[in-house]
Amino acid sequence: MMSAKTGMLLSVRNLRRIYTSRRGIFGASSPVRAVDDVSFDILPGETLGIVGESGSGKSTLGRLALGLEAPDLGSVVFRGSPMPMPSTVEWRGLRRRMQMIYQDPLGALDRRLPVLTQIREPLDIHQPREHHGNQVKAAEMLARVGLSREQGARYPHELSGGQRQRVVLARALMTGPDFLVCDEPVSALDVSIQAQVVNLLIDLQTELGLAMMFISHDLRVVRQISKRVAVMYLGGFVEEGDADDLFASPLHPYTKALVSAAPQARSTNRHERIVLTGEPPNPANRPTGCAFHPRCGAAMARCKEEAPALVPVGRQRRVACHLYPAAASDQTQAA
Amino acid sequence: MTDHALASSKPAPRSLDHARSRSVPIAVYLALAWLIGMIVIALLADVLSPYRFTAPDLRNRLSPPGNPLHWLGTDELGRDVLSRLFVSIRISLLIAFGAALISAFLGTVLGFVAAYYRGFAEQIVLMLADFQASMPFLILALSVLAFFGNSLPLLIGLMGLFGWERYARIARGLAISASAQGYASAIHQLGARPVRVYLRHILPNIASTLIVMMTLVFPEVILLESSLSFLGLGVQPPMTSLGNMVGFGREYITRAPWIMLAPAVTIILTTLAVSVLGDWLRDRLDPTLR
Repeated sequence: MMSAKTGMLLSVRNLRRIYTSRRGIFGASSPVRAVDDVSFDILPGETLGIVGESGSGKSTLGRLALGLEAPDLGSVVFRGSPMPMPSTVEWRGLRRRMQMIYQDPLGALDRRLPVLTQIREPLDIHQPREHHGNQVKAAEMLARVGLSREQGARYPHELSGGQRQRVVLARALMTGPDFLVCDEPVSALDVSIQAQVVNLLIDLQTELGLAMMFISHDLRVVRQISKRVAVMYLGGFVEEGDADDLFASPLHPYTKALVSAAPQARSTNRHERIVLTGEPPNPANRPTGCAFHPRCGAAMARCKEEAPALVPVGRQRRVACHLYPAAASDQTQAA
Repeated sequence: MTDHALASSKPAPRSLDHARSRSVPIAVYLALAWLIGMIVIALLADVLSPYRFTAPDLRNRLSPPGNPLHWLGTDELGRDVLSRLFVSIRISLLIAFGAALISAFLGTVLGFVAAYYRGFAEQIVLMLADFQASMPFLILALSVLAFFGNSLPLLIGLMGLFGWERYARIARGLAISASAQGYASAIHQLGARPVRVYLRHILPNIASTLIVMMTLVFPEVILLESSLSFLGLGVQPPMTSLGNMVGFGREYITRAPWIMLAPAVTIILTTLAVSVLGDWLRDRLDPTLR
């Protein structure tokens, strides 16, 4: 079922990224599996939301999908061809097709250049001879993200957080990419500004046919923007599926806990909030078997010994949990 | 935070104009005038000097300032202090500016090389920097000059080695922090070549720090040249420099203090002017401080 298909914009297979941290010169090196055996596909124009707590490997996965880092194992295939190694000529050329939105827009902008110059920069990099045309296109893009010409002449520190994020967005869209990785793009903004930026993202996405990987720990925002959602825990997907479906009926115990913890405006049906016990996971010292079993309310003996695989459950859902084996085997036989 | 930024962004243009109108203090004008004066004197030393700087006037030895023939007096051989001062300014400025530029260039390039390649290259650069920092520069200079003899280009090149490790450490640290997260990685991610990332983005961003470092190193180079000349290893007589004049004038400090006072005051005012100008330039180059 999980072989690379044609027509996919991005195919990620068995991706693994291991960082080795060392204590002192002679200390034993301890490998940290930041991303562990992750596979997924993204169709053109589709948004995949990635949810998970800090340290679950969301950002690393985003960087791997963009090719900013080379994986230790597995493959990333973009539009049918494998991702080139970082900083090669092909890699640089490919940046036109894929871009990134950052959590901290002030950090992502050069504080010594007016923002319009920075919006123009991708074109200056990829087509440096068309100076005048680049300037015109940058001015159009500035208007497209809802900034005035006067704001374009300002420096990043003279803009508000929301305006800065619009600048980052404009810069990312300058070369007309097919794929955008948004790494917590609205976490640093307050709620009213969040909504504006998210709406702008949705508008631009439908208009330009962008595919997105939207990384966030905010379930509300992810649900609003994504058609499909994947939940990450300690470097791996624990559940993946249609956004509305997944949030309405989470299957994996971790997803259940996440969904129950999200604040709800109209809580007429007071469902019980699941409070996770135990330590947040330490990627350098993984539990045996299922990574979630020390905090899981439904853990069995098997969970300690055997890591569950991500298997299809139902139509559009994949879950990595020993609680759902039967449906899984049915599905694999059917598929 | 966002609301605050929104509110404060509106009156920004007015405060900007206000800041610009008062942003050139009188001290900066004075410093600039002094430095321009120094450079003019250095360039036109031959024309401006009333005498050849080596020409003795034996009838007017140790003449005090105010003498109509020798405005700043004469030294023990009756050589005109003013003429010697002009030539000294030329030599000392040549050495100080040349050395400051060489060390800034060398240090920044090595720092960037370390930050870009990391690994082995970085270790080598850091090792060299540690070596340079732990070794008294005077000893290094003494040994080099003792082995290779003495010439002006060699002296400038040698002084150019002074202080490079400070630029290298700063350039490396700032470049790494910019690359790890933030604008430099964002530009890299846009598909820019390293040359563009380093020269167009990182260098302007750290230029203010480097300029301040330069204004700190500049006076030290002048003083170092003075010490070397004083020890007889720097500029060799009959050629003269500010440090040379101070060194030889020291012997007559009680009888004829003007011999060393004139170059000493010049050293102090020039280094002060460089510091004032560098300080202002740093603020000026930073759009967030305007």
